[in-house]
Amino acid sequence: MARSALSGTRIRTLRTARRLGQADLARMAGISPSYLNLIEHNRRRASPRLIEAIAGALQIPAEALDESAGDAQIEALRAAAARAAPGTEPETDRAEEFLGRFPGWAALLTQVHAQAEGQERTIERLSDRMAHDPNLSAALNEIVAAVTSVQSTAAILAESDDLDPVWRSRFHTNIHTDSVRLANAAEALVAFLDTSGEETGLAAPQEELESWLERQAYHVEAVERGEALDGALLTDGQAELASAPARKLAVAWLERAQSDARALPLDRLMPALVAMFARNHDFAPERLAQEFDVSLAQLFRRLAWLPPVQGVPRFGLAVCDGSGTLTLRRPVEGFALPRFGGACPLWPLYQALLQPDRPVRTLVEFAGRPPARFVAHAVAEARNALRFEPPYIWEASMLITPASAALSDPEGQGAPLAVGSSCRICPRAGCAARREPSIVAG
Amino acid sequence: MGQDGTRAPEGALDMRAQAPGAGRAVLVVEDEPNISEAIRFILHRDGWAVTVLDSGEHAADMVRTLQPVAMILDVMLPGLSGFEVLRGLRADPETRGLPVILLTARGQSAARTLAAESGASLFMAKPFANRDLLEAVRGLVDADSRGHADGLARGAEGP
Repeated sequence: MARSALSGTRIRTLRTARRLGQADLARMAGISPSYLNLIEHNRRRASPRLIEAIAGALQIPAEALDESAGDAQIEALRAAAARAAPGTEPETDRAEEFLGRFPGWAALLTQVHAQAEGQERTIERLSDRMAHDPNLSAALNEIVAAVTSVQSTAAILAESDDLDPVWRSRFHTNIHTDSVRLANAAEALVAFLDTSGEETGLAAPQEELESWLERQAYHVEAVERGEALDGALLTDGQAELASAPARKLAVAWLERAQSDARALPLDRLMPALVAMFARNHDFAPERLAQEFDVSLAQLFRRLAWLPPVQGVPRFGLAVCDGSGTLTLRRPVEGFALPRFGGACPLWPLYQALLQPDRPVRTLVEFAGRPPARFVAHAVAEARNALRFEPPYIWEASMLITPASAALSDPEGQGAPLAVGSSCRICPRAGCAARREPSIVAG
Repeated sequence: MGQDGTRAPEGALDMRAQAPGAGRAVLVVEDEPNISEAIRFILHRDGWAVTVLDSGEHAADMVRTLQPVAMILDVMLPGLSGFEVLRGLRADPETRGLPVILLTARGQSAARTLAAESGASLFMAKPFANRDLLEAVRGLVDADSRGHADGLARGAEGP
């Protein structure tokens, strides 16, 4: 990775901050100054034992010099810097130095940034829910209608001394029926807002399924077994699957995942995947699909639900039906999938839906903090057995692979397609495909 | 469906020809019977001749036969929405000038924006005060009759 923070640079930064000479540190670590010089300029990679010795000499924990941990910290700092208001210009080119000299402050900044991001996501979710939930708007309309009627009728009763008894009784009856209506609507609203009650069926079954999968890190071991699985046994009593529709979805998911797993068994798929990513060629799912004689969509699904393995990136997955509604989501870091409402119309997923059986591969840049690049592979296939009579059911699947893993030369590609999550929470200004204004500042 | 949606106890109200409404016709399109009944009562007592429809489908026809001086139109109607009804009225030269008060369940600020875009003479957010509705009808009808001669002159010059 071009932007990675290298531990050699970090050692050098820390050493100079402590006003230690290269020779002094080399002596304390038990190596020659010239070897330390090579390490500091990232020409040699220090062994874990040597890292330990240098960290001891610098009186810092060895993890602070760990390359991958450092990468993550630098990435987090850059992400925090991307949040800076106009006029504030964090010295991103000196992030490594900052991290090396003030690890505590850097950690705090990262933490605050993570909290802010978490809160943003919560706000997005709640605001999406408020704006789009049909139950909520129905309850509110019912209340407004009843209140309007009660207010007008009550005002008539209060302000008319000479009201005819027939009218008076009529208006009393109206107020009574409307107050009953109001009470029912208020009750429905309270039930809706009572988020503790998952049993009320207010969380969509699909959401329940996805949070169940999320808790298991998107991998259910049971589908790897050869014998038929007991869906009821696996889904009963699972906290996330509170409603019966959610359990039904989960059983269907398990059955499909098992059939995918049989076509693409771990013991053959994993070596093939590891080899493909090790070769430093562009990721070519079509070759894997041919090798295993499966459809692309089946391969995409399988890749999304794999256990984590060294050398294989984590894949994201979005599946939609013919209406474009997302029916299954497997998020990946840096590419947020909307929970409610429609997704970004520019997603290659929808391009695939327009041309069934013709796969699409597109380099995309996701509007995040910081913007992240992915290779999206998408294909639309028949969901049911092919037939000559309608209905024809199409399903599009999009596999989302980080560009750094999918491409041998991530920088040497053409301009990526700019995409987002959903218009509501997408900061891109001037997007031709925008269908509603954004709630986040661009 | 009846053109007169509420079965009001007839005779309970006198026409009050001297009242501001002076027997002139107002069309109310509102699917909530208790709301339309209250509106009907308020306007009737003010001297207006009120006709109530509970859906938007025949609203345009009713405007042509009834020739009302104003219309109170709910936005959320079953079938044809209030906006669609209004668009139809504004597209027809015969009904283009009719003062229309749109009733909406949206907040006041959203209502103002929508009013400007939809061609409504006035927007009122539910719930409304009876007096405000009454004053809105009186105000619109007065302005319309005062500006009528001007309006015709302008219309003659227009495209």
